[in-house]
Amino acid sequence: MSSLLDKQFNDENIVITKVDDLLNWARLSSLWQVSFGLACCAIEMMATSASHYDFDRFGVIPRPSPRQSDVIIISGTVTLKMATRIKRLYEQMPDPKYVISMGSCSNCGGPYWEHGYHVLKGVDRVIPVDVYVPGCPPRPEALLEGLLKLQEKIRNESLVKKS
Amino acid sequence: MKTTEEIFTILKNNFGDAILELVTSQPVEHFIKVNPIEINKVCLFLRENEELLFDSLMNLSGVDDANGQKSADEDGTQIISGGTLSVFYHLESTKLRHKLTLKVSTNREKPEVASVESTWRHADWHEREAYDLLGIIFLNHPDLRRILMPYDWDAGYPLRKDYKNPEFYQGMKVPY
Amino acid sequence: MSITIEKNKSERKPGLRTEEMVLNMGPQHPSTHGVLRLELELEGEIITNAIPHIGYLHRCFEKHAEAMNYSQVIPYTDRMDYLASMYNEFGYAIAVEKLLGIQVPERVEYIRVIMGELQRIASHLVALGTYAVDIGAFTPFLFCFRDREKILSLFEQTCGARLLYNYIWVGGLSHDLHPDFVNQTNEFIKYFRPKIKELNDLLTKNKIFIDRTANVGVLPLDVAINYGISGPNLRGSGFKWDIRKDDPYSVYNKFDFDIPVGEGLMGKVGDCWDRYYVRILEMEESLKIIEQAVNNLPEGDVTSAIPKRIKPPVGQVYSRVENPRGELGYFIISDGSINPFRVKVKGPSFVHLGVLNEILKGHMIADVIAILGSIDIVLGEVDR
Repeated sequence: MSSLLDKQFNDENIVITKVDDLLNWARLSSLWQVSFGLACCAIEMMATSASHYDFDRFGVIPRPSPRQSDVIIISGTVTLKMATRIKRLYEQMPDPKYVISMGSCSNCGGPYWEHGYHVLKGVDRVIPVDVYVPGCPPRPEALLEGLLKLQEKIRNESLVKKS
Repeated sequence: MKTTEEIFTILKNNFGDAILELVTSQPVEHFIKVNPIEINKVCLFLRENEELLFDSLMNLSGVDDANGQKSADEDGTQIISGGTLSVFYHLESTKLRHKLTLKVSTNREKPEVASVESTWRHADWHEREAYDLLGIIFLNHPDLRRILMPYDWDAGYPLRKDYKNPEFYQGMKVPY
Repeated sequence: MSITIEKNKSERKPGLRTEEMVLNMGPQHPSTHGVLRLELELEGEIITNAIPHIGYLHRCFEKHAEAMNYSQVIPYTDRMDYLASMYNEFGYAIAVEKLLGIQVPERVEYIRVIMGELQRIASHLVALGTYAVDIGAFTPFLFCFRDREKILSLFEQTCGARLLYNYIWVGGLSHDLHPDFVNQTNEFIKYFRPKIKELNDLLTKNKIFIDRTANVGVLPLDVAINYGISGPNLRGSGFKWDIRKDDPYSVYNKFDFDIPVGEGLMGKVGDCWDRYYVRILEMEESLKIIEQAVNNLPEGDVTSAIPKRIKPPVGQVYSRVENPRGELGYFIISDGSINPFRVKVKGPSFVHLGVLNEILKGHMIADVIAILGSIDIVLGEVDR
């Protein structure tokens, strides 16, 4: 795949690339996440951003405000009481915005699918999801893989073409 | 340190008819049945009496006994009418190191139990939870609102054995 | 955070208009440790009333417990207090064993204690690390998570999971320890002892940290008992009460360990610093217990006492254990069938959150974070 830095010309100060590539490169390299944890998966998310797994190296930095973030990681069980708040958080984020659904609970209700009278069976019933990360809870490596998948998705986006 | 039998005698001497019976037939745990309307007085006595000093409420749990008339409506959902709802109180004295279990039963159609919130503040949220999930009304509780479920939840009390989940809540589909 | 100005109370001081403000904090807030919503009524910067709203993570544990059989409930207990999963299983297993009236082999008890205490350290490390972040120190968080990974790796090698284990079963364990476990645990103890000192040098005796936590959020002992507070928060208020000693279960009476209590070294007894420091001291005590247990591990079969079919007689039991946060109680009623009739959980976090209003009154807004972090709640257990 041709990326931004492959097309360097002889003059070292000029780089020629497509607008799409430049924008995508900028977007995918600094995905700021809403600092927002829901349940058990949030602990694994914390572990991912802590010393051992180091989320920072992918440009992921937690931001306390949804208005300054690009990606929201739904890390845990979404209950009915919480679902309306998550929708509002999502609506407060500026475009382009991405959603990673982390763990079985937010994918489909997880172990609470049958008797969970207060559990929303999948966060995709209220907001659109870009990447689903399976697991209960997913290991930090799985979350990193999910993030790489999201970066891949962003890399193929285009301003003109709807993908 | 006192056994449940000794405490039962003390309570019987002080409260007479409000103390219903001592249940020892079950393994592991024995308990004393008390009149639901008098439970607050009994609890205050248990906390203040020098021989008992139950200064700590370990746990308060509401239970749906499901001992009423069981029938099924047209789509097969179980309906229970009559019978009782119960509340269990587990008390402990951190000074004298003894424990006690109390039980009150109230009828399912009009479940009213006196609140022990003024004796142990600990009971506040536990009673709200029992109200939220089982619909037990605690008389004289200062702030009896739903606690875990949304405040506008109108589909009933989820921990009752004949609870039926609604199809939708605020436009969101609830079943899988 | 959103700000709404509610009502105008101009009658307080003549000529000076004052307004009472209601500040909403959460459910999405970086320092509420999950999805807690606090409604703070303020007079200027001072809190006059704080109303916690919970239930944003209510996952219907008790309904699930009624629909599952006794052994299927265990994975759900994991997910309540997800920082102390081992201990939740431990407590549940003890309660059902009491109901069944069975004895488990001594090796099982020892392994349970080792796992429980390792879990206590892991849980305290998260509590202390995130508390430091809340107060404004980021480095201790990284240090704590680095050490926690070592414990998680021990767990992972034993049962295959990092966070939610399903390892302690009714009557036994899902499998035995791996052959190198004793060695690795001893190595961990050797590694971790100096790290506690490191954490003390880094955070505990830090001037800014002490200023933020000493004399803040004092919880008097009589209030604490009346509110049913337990665990490090109760001990932080100066009461030597630990179920491991005062109502011993499993094999805790065979080990020699201390119960640290808050002494008010930096301020009043029962302030945030005391609650924090009790946790630090408890980690050392846990290390002591692990060291004794792991080096005296009896031989035996860990799966021999697991019942084929769990069907307790009609009856009820309230059984409690000292989990990292406090008294975790299971009240189980059996109607003689293979499913529990009712399981009620008394989670320490649920109880501790109830006292928040009592502590917060009269404090500044910035102290909310310091106090909330010091009582160390896990929302999964508050809401169940």
